Amino acid sequence: MELLSGADMIARFLQDEGVEYIYGYPGGAALHIYDALFRQDKVKHILVRHEQAATHAADGYARASGKPGVVLVTSGPGATNAVTGIATAYMDSIPMVVLCGQVMSHLIGDDAFQETDIVGVTRPIVKHSFSIRHPSEIPDVLKKAFYLAATGRPGPVVVDIPKDMTAPTERYEYIYPKKVKMRSYNPVTRGHTGQIKKAVDMMLKAKRPVFYTGGGVVLGKACEGLTDLVQRLDYPITTTLMGIGAYPQSDRQCLGWLGMHGSYESNMAMHHADLVIAIGARFDDRVTNNTSKFCPTAKIIHVDIDPSSISKTIRADVPIVGPAASVINEMISLVQGQDIANPDALAQWWQQIEGWRAERVGKLYEPSDGGVLKSQEVVEALCRVTHGEAFVTTDVGQHQMFAAQYYKFDKPNRLITSGGLGTMGFGFPAAMGIKQNYPDDHVVCVTGEGSFQMMMQELSTCKQYAIGVKIVNLNNASLGMVRQWQDLNYKSRHAHSYMESLPDFHKLIEAYGFTAITVNTLDELEPALERAFADKHELVFLDVKVDPHEHVYPMQVPLGSMRDMLLSKTERT
Amino acid sequence: MRHIISILMENEPGALSRVVGLFSQRNFNIETLNVAATEDPSLSRLTVTTVGDDRVIEQITKHLNKLIDVIKLVDLTEGNHIERELMLVKVKALGAARDEVKRTVDIFRAQIVDVTPSLYTVQITGDATKLDAFLQAMGPVGILEVARTGVSGIARGDKVLSL
Repeated sequence: MELLSGADMIARFLQDEGVEYIYGYPGGAALHIYDALFRQDKVKHILVRHEQAATHAADGYARASGKPGVVLVTSGPGATNAVTGIATAYMDSIPMVVLCGQVMSHLIGDDAFQETDIVGVTRPIVKHSFSIRHPSEIPDVLKKAFYLAATGRPGPVVVDIPKDMTAPTERYEYIYPKKVKMRSYNPVTRGHTGQIKKAVDMMLKAKRPVFYTGGGVVLGKACEGLTDLVQRLDYPITTTLMGIGAYPQSDRQCLGWLGMHGSYESNMAMHHADLVIAIGARFDDRVTNNTSKFCPTAKIIHVDIDPSSISKTIRADVPIVGPAASVINEMISLVQGQDIANPDALAQWWQQIEGWRAERVGKLYEPSDGGVLKSQEVVEALCRVTHGEAFVTTDVGQHQMFAAQYYKFDKPNRLITSGGLGTMGFGFPAAMGIKQNYPDDHVVCVTGEGSFQMMMQELSTCKQYAIGVKIVNLNNASLGMVRQWQDLNYKSRHAHSYMESLPDFHKLIEAYGFTAITVNTLDELEPALERAFADKHELVFLDVKVDPHEHVYPMQVPLGSMRDMLLSKTERT
Repeated sequence: MRHIISILMENEPGALSRVVGLFSQRNFNIETLNVAATEDPSLSRLTVTTVGDDRVIEQITKHLNKLIDVIKLVDLTEGNHIERELMLVKVKALGAARDEVKRTVDIFRAQIVDVTPSLYTVQITGDATKLDAFLQAMGPVGILEVARTGVSGIARGDKVLSL
């Protein structure tokens, strides 16, 4: 029998669970745990410079690796600083376990120093949370936390650990729990066969079908199956922002992504479809536009692991609750050897779609033509230089949309972005988390000077651990997306959307001992990118001066249908 | 429409706050709520009455089911059921009204459980409409204080909500 203190149990459990990295920041209530981590060398702790970065880094790591990200913070401000990152993970269903120190049990409720009811604070933004009430519970509770975070619809789990639970003097038996059983939690393992059959019947009979797939396909590791199914049927597919790369974007059948800034052909196809096959997507407001005008002629098949996502905003005609991978596999076996009922209608449908596609060729944006660089050109050049194979993280705003529109992703988990919460500051720490898991791949954070300044303290973390991410700062000296909305809705009154007093990024980066390159013209762009990506292990910062007047198009017209879009500053559908 | 949802959940600290938090977080409303441990002390039974159209009620039950602490739930209003609420009321009982109150209490099959020279404390059980009717009848006499438990319910017949 092995007797361990609570703190040593945590360290041992993390080892036994196979955790490689833990992102965190020490403080009073977490010190016993830190001491236990110090006395082992299997779990590597990465010291960030702000707890929000710890959660984003763990989140990036989780998205790229498919394993839960792990965070360790202290009580009070340590835990509240982590809140934005927890909410970010929650909205995008990312598996994460956040261990929070807490004041000693007998002080809870007394407004003790650095006390916050973090279980209460995070309740609406976690999949579940635990408070440790006795050290002997630690192995079981942690096992449950990891199990809950990673299974079903994944999400963040918070474990609140009062300091006395980890006291070095109190030792209890430690056994790594190999299994976990919870009577109140049984995630579905497969969809209803009758419903799947009904869905496949409708799919085979459809005249204007379109697949609409989301992050659930990526999280559910169902991308290969999806690609197989879509190609067998020869149907068009559009993905959500979170679903980008689940189906190769360079393939003819992929229409790009849909919604507010989705491609013209995606939104047109959705609007005119007679059957929408939604898998692992949740019909959120940035996709549907006005729900009462959404896909007026379509029947909806909706596959999701979370029943509460089905018929939440758009009523499903055929709801299927189940994991994407198993449902798709069942669909494939039902489709096998079957012919579609209306090949002529499908041919006509493709003709219509190709027509929409052709309408926009060469009109997506106006090139800089010797003037100030356009963000779109920068992303296109980035895609060329990295052969479309880099991990691309983004922050939030215009640069995020441009990165998603102009980088072509053929693999899942390559665009890593805060889709649901839209968290500025996400991209850089997320890139750090990914780079540690994929040291030999290119990891690039496409950001803007607004977002980057929200988490730029992490340059110091990159220096400490030699994390060689690339940063492409699309610097328009303004909060581009805010400015765009002000142009469109507030007669160009740019209330606080400008960035005066920007630092000299070149000097700032050099102060940390990294390489910075400033890019002003198109001629300088590709050589600078080539230089930046020459060494996979070197952090390089590109400060690219781009046009502040540029807007992201297409842009759906508020309260309109899917097909109501502004296509440029002067054109609309 | 009004629905009565009964929930079996883990009798854990924080479980109740997750249920209540869900209602405010998702903009659902709670009309009444009560909760207590069951014959199995590891389980609590929580009964909530709420109002909403079918779409809203479907979302409420789905989100409740998603809570990790929730083990099982039933929308009692979907079938035949018994609903009861207990109410304690202090009413003025002076002069001629004293007899009138006593008569009304008998009509409603309520009980007087405490007496002072100037007031009666009445205990009454029934469904919510019966309790409302009693309060209406007592209105003119003078209600001093009302304590209602909120609705509790159980399905009629063989249906059982258990693990």
